[in-house]
Amino acid sequence: MEDDSVFVISARGRLKSNPLLDQLPSYQSLLYRRKSSSIRRRESSKGRLSISGMFNTANKLEERRKSQMEQRAIRELTLPIVEKRRHKDQRMEERNDLICCSQWREDARRHMKRLTDNAHVFLSSMKLWRSDIHQIEGMFGTGILSYFSFLRFLVALNLIIFLVMFCFVMLPMILDPTPRNVIYNQHQGNVCRTNPRTTRGILKNYHEHIVDLLSGDGILERTYLLYGFYTKDEIRFPQIIYKLPLAYLLATLGYLLLSLLWIVKRSVAGFKRHLIKDEDRFQSFCNKIFAGWDFCTTSESAAKQKRSSLLYELKTDLEDERIKQKMADRTTQDKCRIYLLRVVLNMFVMGVLAACFYSIYVATAFSQKAENRSKKVNFVVDLIHEYLPSIVITVANFITPLLFSVIINYEDYSPAFEIRFTLMRCVFMRLTSIAVLLFSLWTRISECGSDPCSNPKVCQCWETRVGQEMYKLTVFDFIIILAVTIFVEFPRKMLVDFCDCPLAKMLGLQEFGIPQNVLEIVYGQTICWIGTFYCPMLPAICTIKYFCIFYVKKLSLIKNCRPSTRPFRASSSNFFFLGVLLIGLILACFPISISLAHIKSSQACGPFSNYNTSWEALPAAVEALPQNGRNFINFLASETFAVSFFVVTCLAMFYVIALARAHKKVINQLREKLVMEGKDKRFLIQKLCQAQSILAASEPQLNSPGRRSPSYHTSFSSNFNNSVVLAHSPPKSSTHV
Amino acid sequence: MGTTASQLPKDSLSEYQELTFLTKQEILLAHRRFTELLGRDERNHPNPRVPMQVILTLPELKSNPFKTRICQVFSTSEDKDGSLTFEDFLDLLSAFSDSATLEIKSHYAFRIFDFDDDGTLDHSDLEKLVNCLTGETEDTRLTSEEMRQLINNILDESDIDKDGTVNLSEFQHVISRSPDFVSSFKIVL
Repeated sequence: MEDDSVFVISARGRLKSNPLLDQLPSYQSLLYRRKSSSIRRRESSKGRLSISGMFNTANKLEERRKSQMEQRAIRELTLPIVEKRRHKDQRMEERNDLICCSQWREDARRHMKRLTDNAHVFLSSMKLWRSDIHQIEGMFGTGILSYFSFLRFLVALNLIIFLVMFCFVMLPMILDPTPRNVIYNQHQGNVCRTNPRTTRGILKNYHEHIVDLLSGDGILERTYLLYGFYTKDEIRFPQIIYKLPLAYLLATLGYLLLSLLWIVKRSVAGFKRHLIKDEDRFQSFCNKIFAGWDFCTTSESAAKQKRSSLLYELKTDLEDERIKQKMADRTTQDKCRIYLLRVVLNMFVMGVLAACFYSIYVATAFSQKAENRSKKVNFVVDLIHEYLPSIVITVANFITPLLFSVIINYEDYSPAFEIRFTLMRCVFMRLTSIAVLLFSLWTRISECGSDPCSNPKVCQCWETRVGQEMYKLTVFDFIIILAVTIFVEFPRKMLVDFCDCPLAKMLGLQEFGIPQNVLEIVYGQTICWIGTFYCPMLPAICTIKYFCIFYVKKLSLIKNCRPSTRPFRASSSNFFFLGVLLIGLILACFPISISLAHIKSSQACGPFSNYNTSWEALPAAVEALPQNGRNFINFLASETFAVSFFVVTCLAMFYVIALARAHKKVINQLREKLVMEGKDKRFLIQKLCQAQSILAASEPQLNSPGRRSPSYHTSFSSNFNNSVVLAHSPPKSSTHV
Repeated sequence: MGTTASQLPKDSLSEYQELTFLTKQEILLAHRRFTELLGRDERNHPNPRVPMQVILTLPELKSNPFKTRICQVFSTSEDKDGSLTFEDFLDLLSAFSDSATLEIKSHYAFRIFDFDDDGTLDHSDLEKLVNCLTGETEDTRLTSEEMRQLINNILDESDIDKDGTVNLSEFQHVISRSPDFVSSFKIVL
């Protein structure tokens, strides 16, 4: 019924609508976003009533609005195309009056804009899998979409890492002009007499080839795949001498740094948004209601699913709030009981984790011992022995999430925290199991120092052994993902579709659980980062692996899955994925740095055979630099530089934190001020209305037509029905504004 | 501007590129989809207007709970019946495209959510909005107690001047800090 007033009026005796409100400058500034025609009409109506004062103000406001509009690009105006076209023509006229130099500048700017737009369109059309991802988005929404674009990011990352290793390490080896007479041979440099395995002859049977392929052993040891092949100190090209050890070392550091920078760049946007959230539940309701519907949903079933998941989410959040209220009302006795229970359960969880880690340790040790035995039992048992650590890790990673989700029910946290905590535990479990595997390998390697002959296979070229373990983990991970999809998800769908038994009803269709899937691929990526130093072709294998996983997961998603009832928000999911990936990267840096800096590199193979540790290649290269370069690098590595750099960084950080805190305080003050101003405004208008009604009571014959609120459309009627009279009273009234 | 020929004239194309956020391919695709919606006799009409019922058969809009509101907001027809010309259709796609600014999107979102077209989101608007999101049938709605709690929470979070309604600038303020809005307020043909 109302005016375009800032305050909505109800018929129940609240503030009555008032053209005075429309004249408020704060309201007029909002209006420029509305259609210009509505303003024009209003002005014409005002003009019709010929109140000179108001007309002047209206004119001034019109000018101000126009100038504000001019500064914006035409397509950013919130008008229909017809109006925009009119604006454009107006601007063109005005521009024709300008001198031709600035006109040329305008034209040039427009052409540049068009060029950049076309370039963007071309680049985005080259993006991998664009149509597939669009299809998934339409069917399942933006939460699951973020998983697939994360997968695409990892494909690109692995490809770039492989290119780095290829260009700096493999290509020089391939282009090496000198003939390769240095073939890795387990007897080379070997002072221990060992019996060559009888089965590793030229004639091997078919099964052993498969075992070799799957475990990176045998023939694969003598290919570009593994570290041991790159046994060259320097490669002599016609013009230059290429120092392979230095290149290898720098390529490793390079790919780690590149991954870090790329991940940080991608997560900056999400991180900024996370920093803005200053409360726990900040704006979660507004976000869900105003931004809750994915407008790109195209299928009816997805829409229904989205509706039910939104309903579920809203109910859970409202329930959450009620629970929080209840928790705040807990008595001390209750609190003690709950804390005790939590301590006990956490200790139980740690016990389970310790048991898993111990079993991984034992399995790795057993697997290493079994490989040393020269007698081969049979094909399948061989394979199991090779893959024992991977099998144990996979089983542990399968059981523990189920266990965690059962335990968390007893710990009585709020539902949102429950999910996050379970996820943290799963992340910890996955990434630490890799650490345990590496630790057990490390204990065996450090035994080599004392007695190299006890374990010649490991000690001769331990880097190759580690590379093989990483290769096996990657291959096994890939096989498991394929196997789970084919042998678990498809049968489940068959069961649900064709069988009407209670088991099918209880199981239901598979849910695409995003956290578990993300953890899987982050686990694979961490292994890739650790393993690339020992197995330079691993990134290429991972690229192919993720490429295949995309199609497998997409197929499984479309055919077998229904969207999860607890939807994952797109924004927080991006931050979560990149956060977990960053944790994986940091974890990957530890083993690499320890093995680079502390563990003695093996003398029989690899580019670092002439150095004590791999890191020594770098100081040796620095020594070879000219005096100035050496001084500069020595300065950078000195304590003075490090300390002053640290101090400067700390100061910058403190400054930024103080600034952020000051801003927050200012925002709160402004918010309070706004509330006060609103109250002031309402109070004043109320007083005015009271004055008006007194006046109206004393002059009942004044009967100007009211005005109905112009709606957003251009074609609004010009019915006026406003009973408030003040603004339309004749000029000689003393209350004329 | 005539868009009736089965080919879009080139100068119209570049004009639309300037006036909207759409790329050339998107405009051509929109033109193709729009002419498919026209009846055979309408195709030679200078500026055809497609009634709302036909627009709502587009797969991108069919399952959208706000489909009628979207048509009404972007329609420039005199009778406010939600029918769209080709240019209204382009306006629609431009506001929902990837490259539209946050301000455009939040402005149009506000208008779509303002069911009674009064310039603010009051209690009844918000209630209708929530019901659209959760479903129309009885068992998919929130209880009145939950609805009250929810709307109170929303107003707590977004109503800065505490007048019981959300006006355009308060809405834009909330949207600017909402991380999911830009990615969800998107329609791509």
